[in-house]
Amino acid sequence: MNGITLDKTAQEFVNQVEELSHSNLSQCWHCLCCSGGCPFSKDMDVLPNSIIRMIQFGMKEQALNSSTIWLCVGCNTCSMECPNAVDMAAIMDALRQMAIRKNAKIAEPGVLAFHNAVVDSISRYGRTHKLEIMMRYKFSEKDLFSDIDLGLKMLSKRKLDLLPSKVKDKKSIQSLFKMSGEVS
Amino acid sequence: MNDIPNQLSYFPGCSLATTAKENNTSLKSFLNHFDIDLSEIEDWNCCGSSSTHSVNSKLALSLAARNLFLAPPNQQVLIACPGCFLRLGYAKMTLNASNEKQTQYEKHFDRPYNKNLELVHFFELLAKMSGKGFFKNLTGRLNGLKIAPYYGCMLARPPSMNKEKNHYGLIENTMATLGGEPIRWPFLSSCCGTFLSVSKPKIAEKLVNRIMKGAIQSGAECIVTACAMCHLNLEIRCKPGNRLPIFHFSELLSLALDKKASKDWFKRHLINPEPLLEKKQLIPCQNGRKSNGFFR
Ligand code: SF4
Ligand code: SF4
Repeated sequence: MNGITLDKTAQEFVNQVEELSHSNLSQCWHCLCCSGGCPFSKDMDVLPNSIIRMIQFGMKEQALNSSTIWLCVGCNTCSMECPNAVDMAAIMDALRQMAIRKNAKIAEPGVLAFHNAVVDSISRYGRTHKLEIMMRYKFSEKDLFSDIDLGLKMLSKRKLDLLPSKVKDKKSIQSLFKMSGEVS
Repeated sequence: MNDIPNQLSYFPGCSLATTAKENNTSLKSFLNHFDIDLSEIEDWNCCGSSSTHSVNSKLALSLAARNLFLAPPNQQVLIACPGCFLRLGYAKMTLNASNEKQTQYEKHFDRPYNKNLELVHFFELLAKMSGKGFFKNLTGRLNGLKIAPYYGCMLARPPSMNKEKNHYGLIENTMATLGGEPIRWPFLSSCCGTFLSVSKPKIAEKLVNRIMKGAIQSGAECIVTACAMCHLNLEIRCKPGNRLPIFHFSELLSLALDKKASKDWFKRHLINPEPLLEKKQLIPCQNGRKSNGFFR
């Protein structure tokens, strides 16, 4: 096992995450309840509670490069298990957004591509247009053929609308994007 | 909400407005039967759900805030999608806690913020309706249909909201009142995989098939969910051997009303529930309530 050296940047990282996530990391006593309850912990390279440990040890790069922050779907299951009211989903949101801003290595680029396709759709219509999101996502991932049967079936069942459901006041949506800063 | 209003504002959200139209129409038609009318918030936008708050929390708050500012004052807002309910509720909590943010958004939208706007989840309304005896005359209607109640992660919330009501058991109670047989099973609050269904289908497939298998092994004839995203994920990521019809909660509620369920809703399902409905003699009418089709 690698040794851990704590330096003063460790506390800085803790402060940043706490500020962004409005949570208090020192509430965590590392009981692992969150990781036990998380439906995705088996697929993550670092367990959710270990992410908190990493932050406390100043292991910024490892935390931001983990697949964990991308596989977390923010379902809050962990928060229902946590005896100390740690807002894990908010911590993951904070790390993800830091990773984007700091151009960190993204462990799951496909997940980010999907999020971007969704946000892009909202910027154009104020609502999500599933068919277009799927098309854009598939193009960005250069993966046009997986799920094609499924897509056709959904079209035939009219689950995927050809035309988007739209907000009329387009300008008001654009102004929300302006005030909130563009993403990634 | 102590009394049940006849008129509510309504926030459908993107899923109910598009992929889950059958959830939207069945919900409206169900409430309509009890003379509860819904008026959509004029020009509503996406609640800022999963993808948005994953990559930009401020944008997620702003999107949710626009809906809160658009909602007419003095009228409760009904929300059926658990994701939308959480996002709008979270935005309301955030704004209520910060005068600074309130002022900022008041300036932006050029109208006053209504900190008392009541957001009501469909579960809350249903619990009230049930308490008032709305469903008394509907006993036995579901003909013993064996139902696996599926909540997914819809009742999980961030710690800052953990003092709110849970409504665990509501699906079971309502279904039992209407003559269904809710079964006990282990996966009722196991997550469906949400958006990973698109970018990490293998992961979603694993979760979904565990849930579907669990329902089959517990003797359920169908699954009922109150989340449109769960409905879609269970349907699209389920392997052929693990198929079981999946209903929106509002569809099953409507099936318990005379001639209020429409075949059109079930035609939009990827896992065809019609054979089961036939077997259980719960055949809905052809096109909503206008048709002369028979119900049971
Ligand atoms: S459940 Fe809560 S206290 Fe326990 S390890 Fe997870 S975050 Fe820490
Ligand atoms: S919020 Fe994230 S970390 Fe928590 S249980 Fe859900 S996926 Fe796991």
